Amino acid sequence: MSAPSDTAADRAAEPAIPAIVVESLVKRYPHRPTNAVDGISFTVAYGEVFGLLGPNGAGKSTTIGVLTTRVRPTAGHVWVAGVNALRRPVDAKRWIAVVPQANNLDRSLTARQNLLFHAAYHGIGGRQAAQRADSLLRQFGLEDRAADRVDRYSGGMAQRLMIARALMHEPRVLFLDEPTTGLDPQARLFVWDQLRRLNAHGLSLVLTTHDMREAEELCHRVAIVDHGRMLALGSPDELKRMAPGENTLSLAVRLDSAQTGAQPEGLLARLRELPGITGAEREDAVASAEGGTAGPPRGQASPPAPEADPGRVVFRLYGEGDPLLVGAAARVVSDAGFDLVDIRRGRVTLEDVFIHLTGRGLR
Amino acid sequence: MTAASPVPARNLRWAALTALFRRDIVVTGRELWAFLAQVLLQPLATLFIFGRVLPGIGMASPQYARILMPGILVLTIVLTALQSTAMPLVIDFGWTKEIEDRLLAPLPVAWVALEKVLFAAARGMVAGAMMIGLGIVVVGAHSVSLTAANLGAVAAYAVLAALVGGSVGLTLGTLVQPQQLNMMFALILTPMLFTGCTQYPWASLNHLRWFQLLTLLNPITYASEGMRAVMMPGLNHLNAVYVLPALGAAIAGFGWIGMRGFARRAVG
Repeated sequence: MSAPSDTAADRAAEPAIPAIVVESLVKRYPHRPTNAVDGISFTVAYGEVFGLLGPNGAGKSTTIGVLTTRVRPTAGHVWVAGVNALRRPVDAKRWIAVVPQANNLDRSLTARQNLLFHAAYHGIGGRQAAQRADSLLRQFGLEDRAADRVDRYSGGMAQRLMIARALMHEPRVLFLDEPTTGLDPQARLFVWDQLRRLNAHGLSLVLTTHDMREAEELCHRVAIVDHGRMLALGSPDELKRMAPGENTLSLAVRLDSAQTGAQPEGLLARLRELPGITGAEREDAVASAEGGTAGPPRGQASPPAPEADPGRVVFRLYGEGDPLLVGAAARVVSDAGFDLVDIRRGRVTLEDVFIHLTGRGLR
Repeated sequence: MTAASPVPARNLRWAALTALFRRDIVVTGRELWAFLAQVLLQPLATLFIFGRVLPGIGMASPQYARILMPGILVLTIVLTALQSTAMPLVIDFGWTKEIEDRLLAPLPVAWVALEKVLFAAARGMVAGAMMIGLGIVVVGAHSVSLTAANLGAVAAYAVLAALVGGSVGLTLGTLVQPQQLNMMFALILTPMLFTGCTQYPWASLNHLRWFQLLTLLNPITYASEGMRAVMMPGLNHLNAVYVLPALGAAIAGFGWIGMRGFARRAVG
């Protein structure tokens, strides 16, 4: 793809031009042995919600950094709203907005001033900016605190204000880096609702997350990334079909091998022979407890950390159609000389796909 | 959600730059008293002790206040401009990341740095103007050698001093990490304070040659000497033939290093 001529692309978003084009993107930071981003390519259509899903350090934020002109890539090409973002970063910045992972609000200003100055940086002033600021403050439930200095804002309020700020100059693509990490469940649902609403009005969203529920809830398409590479790309449903089955059965077992001499590998083979099983894997020790949502749990009972119990092993069975045979699986476990400590049945999630692709959990 | 921006691309850069200045004016205005206390108290105390108290108790010549005044004026301007760039940059880049919203504004990243330097220089000039007023109060109008004849030259050296402070501040602000701030004050600002020929004319150091040579490494020396030459032409001074190129070189050199540092911190 070649860069479209400036003004035509800048004036109007033509449906034929994707919102984002990324070609063979590579980024290696100085003095690092490996590439942070290692040859990623994708496109995002206008009106799409596109997610980059992967664990911390996968290269998601670096990719967003390049797309938002804040990171200079080692190789590759990037077009944002039809503008070559590497050659013409100033023009690209007109059409994008960023909601960063950490609070970067201007603490010397009030909430309303944060919005007004952001608009001014983008050439929007006067009554137009004031009206838009007031309407966004209302929309994000901040009108009562509009005159407060933002250093008095809670994390959730700061996040809402940063989204409002990003919308002040009416961008075409909104980038959100881990938009709900660290938010309480209520604040998180509010942010999700707002993002869905913005997308319904036509705004393209690109978000990074290590939270598979967030990716499933919000994204039309998800790229699964790990170690700077894209492992899979598709709609959440398409990705879930990459798992060996549509139902899962997770068995957490504990082994007292001194007593029985039984080996986990033998158990895995016997589980695989159960009727209806289409796949069976052993999770790495670093894998997270499945079914939960990512991010620091706040006020919720957190699952026991795997490393706290070195004898604990988690097996994951996949199957099609009927719910998997819990009783039969439990019998196989106890016959093999293991203690069954937890059992969970569920539908395949994106995290299962990630574990299937990498052998590791998302956190 | 795709309303076209109403401003053409070229003008947008200038609109954004203007908005950066307005933001800094609003923030400075809000913290005006803190700003004035931060930049004026220390030079004011120096001027009072060395220009008023010591001559008053006979431990310094009555003329000394006149010699001190140009140096204190330069010191106020340079340090104000320096701190106005260095401090916010160290904190913004290292900790609060507040500057990110401005880096994402549709103007070249270098312009954001340029605005920082120019605004800091303006703050230095304001502090300098206030220092002249305070100097008249503290050591008397006869000791502040400002006349209609030298006003233009004093203003010109004030601008140069302010730009030196702003560029050195840009360099420090992009090189120093937040946890090194204390070290910056101890190892960089304090030596700058005392080796800049602000409290003594350069020519008077003839008998202390090694120290005289050392002061030549401090750009404040050239600003002090230039300022003292226009305010007290009767004394011996470093020649303007050396002073002006040295100030130009300091602004260009530190400006260049600072701009590179800024670009490195702004774009990873």
